[in-house]
Amino acid sequence: MSETIHEHPGTVTHGAAHDDHHHGHHEQSFITKYIFSQDHKTIGKQFLITGIIWAIVGGLFSVLFRLQLGFPGQSFPILETFFGHWAKGGTIQPEFYYALVTMHGTVLVFFVLTAGLSGTFANLLIPLQVGARDMASPFMNMLSYWFFFMASMVMIASLFIHTGPASGGWTVYPPLSALGQASSGSKLGMDLWIVAMALFVVSSLLGGLNYIATILNMRTKGMSMTRLPLTIWSLFFTAVLGVLSFPVLFSGLLLLLFDRNLGTSFYLSDIYVAGEILPNEGGSAILFQHLFWFLGHPEVYIILLPAMGMVSEILSVNSRKPIFGYMAMLGSLFAIAILAFLVWAHHMFVTGLNPFLGSVFVLLTLLIAVPSAIKVFNWLTTLWRGNIRLFPSTLFAIGFVSLFISGGLTGIFLGNSTIDIHLHDTMFVVAHFHIVMGVASMFGMFAGVYH
Amino acid sequence: MQTFFIVAILALGFLITFQIAKASEYVAVLRGEEQSRKQSNKVNAFLLLAFLVLGLIGVYYCNENLKGKILGEAASDHGVLIDRMLYITIAITFIVFVITQVALFWFAYKYQHSDKRKAYYYPHNNKLELIWTVIPAITLTVLVGFGIFYWFKITGDAPKNAMQVEVVGSQFKWEFRYPGKDGILGKKYFKNITGDNPLGQIWDDPANQDDIYIVGEPMHLVVNKPVRLVIGAKDVIHDVGLAHFRMKMDAVPGTPTTMWFTPTKTTAQMKKETNNPDFVYEISCDQMCGQGHWSMRGEIVVETQEEFDVWMVQQKPKYLAVFPDKDPAKPKTDTVAKQATTVAVAGSH
Repeated sequence: MSETIHEHPGTVTHGAAHDDHHHGHHEQSFITKYIFSQDHKTIGKQFLITGIIWAIVGGLFSVLFRLQLGFPGQSFPILETFFGHWAKGGTIQPEFYYALVTMHGTVLVFFVLTAGLSGTFANLLIPLQVGARDMASPFMNMLSYWFFFMASMVMIASLFIHTGPASGGWTVYPPLSALGQASSGSKLGMDLWIVAMALFVVSSLLGGLNYIATILNMRTKGMSMTRLPLTIWSLFFTAVLGVLSFPVLFSGLLLLLFDRNLGTSFYLSDIYVAGEILPNEGGSAILFQHLFWFLGHPEVYIILLPAMGMVSEILSVNSRKPIFGYMAMLGSLFAIAILAFLVWAHHMFVTGLNPFLGSVFVLLTLLIAVPSAIKVFNWLTTLWRGNIRLFPSTLFAIGFVSLFISGGLTGIFLGNSTIDIHLHDTMFVVAHFHIVMGVASMFGMFAGVYH
Repeated sequence: MQTFFIVAILALGFLITFQIAKASEYVAVLRGEEQSRKQSNKVNAFLLLAFLVLGLIGVYYCNENLKGKILGEAASDHGVLIDRMLYITIAITFIVFVITQVALFWFAYKYQHSDKRKAYYYPHNNKLELIWTVIPAITLTVLVGFGIFYWFKITGDAPKNAMQVEVVGSQFKWEFRYPGKDGILGKKYFKNITGDNPLGQIWDDPANQDDIYIVGEPMHLVVNKPVRLVIGAKDVIHDVGLAHFRMKMDAVPGTPTTMWFTPTKTTAQMKKETNNPDFVYEISCDQMCGQGHWSMRGEIVVETQEEFDVWMVQQKPKYLAVFPDKDPAKPKTDTVAKQATTVAVAGSH
């Protein structure tokens, strides 16, 4: 990079002058214009394209493991041609199946629905909708993409190593993920997974700080906070959630890396594995789950909020009405963002959690249904007596609301610890989060792209 | 050959769809953009309505079709509570589901674009918003209330007369330990684990000397007698999943967990109820634990007190298998015989 743009109040004018300069006189080279670009729109497109590639890869993973789910144990000789000993005799081997599920989860949750969704739309829309020339720090913005790119490369590399990629589920609970003896996916593949995720956290922090700074400081004249489009509000909350929760995941993963390679016992205690007694004592395997879900739950909203914001705008524009109850929508976004930090242990009702603590988390979890219900009713009222243009974006937005209702209602089952005793770790959970966070957010993403 | 046909049909289908799309695009160009947009708006609105109707029929159809495939009545007292909570939640959410989904698609159809109407300017209405904040809040209070009430019942202390059984998970099997006559599970320490002492029991602890160790065989429980499971794991996190009892608890290395319930139906009863002579209560590992996770299962036999007692007297404490010299019922033997007994016990009676 030939020049550095410093962060100071003059950045806006700098960027502007700089843009005119280039359009008028000498062209930017291909590299600075498209590859190491500092332009928010180009970076947005880079995130989108990388996200699309990851979505295809992650989707193919699910096709493969569904072959096994749909036709258990059946042989597809072509698979052996492609995957060798991972599909001996054309049958998907258990370790291959688990690796596919793990990578499908990791890729879709983090690389597609986090980076691909908020990376794309935050970069593209924030400067346009708050009336800024570009992001607060275009350079940081560029770094954010390239850290994401590096994370992608490391994650892809982990697919091709001899012992296979991480295969302990996308939640990588130790001790399974900490002990190479326990599973071949927990050997080198797991280290690469941690490194890739660490790079990813850096990327999302750089991006998130930038989005927050831009929204707070670079609004155009007259664009007060309460006039911001709901999309921007949702992207703002997304960025805040990300900045506050990703570092916790980072520290959790760092401790895991220590446990794996440096002989510490943060998560390990009383372990006898593969005929060997390990010296570790005093750690807690549950500690990791607390750290992981402290990110993991806000992560769900990091994925869902941008979709909610865009759907609000799209429904309002295409029904030719203002959004019903802007302040209520804003308030419920805020409530969801706050509650997102206070419900993580509902993923851990059957880990031996103190029952009293469990009951507090039931209350807080089901509280989230209230702002969610407000949002649904407000979307419905926005459609009511409108004059609706049914463009593809509108159809996806309506689909989003429908999925969000179904997904949200199944959440009421799972958030209730009593029912969760039975439903925990079952396909009900898989269905629930695929509806509410997977498919609904995808619909939001499509709606945004078509709009 | 069949695969080839399926692929060919898929390709053909894709081609036809593509051609239709292309053709309709040309028609649109001929008719003018505005005209064709209005046309497609109508089609889309109708399709949304059709989707709603077909979707609701689909919900009904799935429900009817899959009715017999659920697990059936819960086989434990806690399971009954959990099922009741489940049905309360289904009832409430089903009403909300139908109302909101119908409203969503109906509005999208009813208020489709029309030149004769103007959109109604309606930015907010505090009263309305208050109503739909308060109603969900009240409903959820009810659900939370029931939920927490049952939750404390289920997770509360086990009754005094509950029998204890220890369940230990490891890749990829379940091992069980009964406390023996004294009713106390002896202390254990993981560094004591050897081939002879798979749980790492501390033999100096007298409470260990009558503990009975079971592996590769079902766990036996007594019908209508509360049981408290003390759950642990040796290597990674496992999960004791008891679908028929509706119970579940993680097995965490280093952190023992517990759960208790009362089985209410014997295995023989369940065989009759399910019309399945091969019925067994299954312990499935419900937490991803490695490559053999899918095959990690155990069995539970629920029987009457008499049957249980008959089974129990046949079991021998592990301690006596390891130290046959201490067995009062047996004459002193040399080390070769000691090993032979160990094998015999491990192979079980």
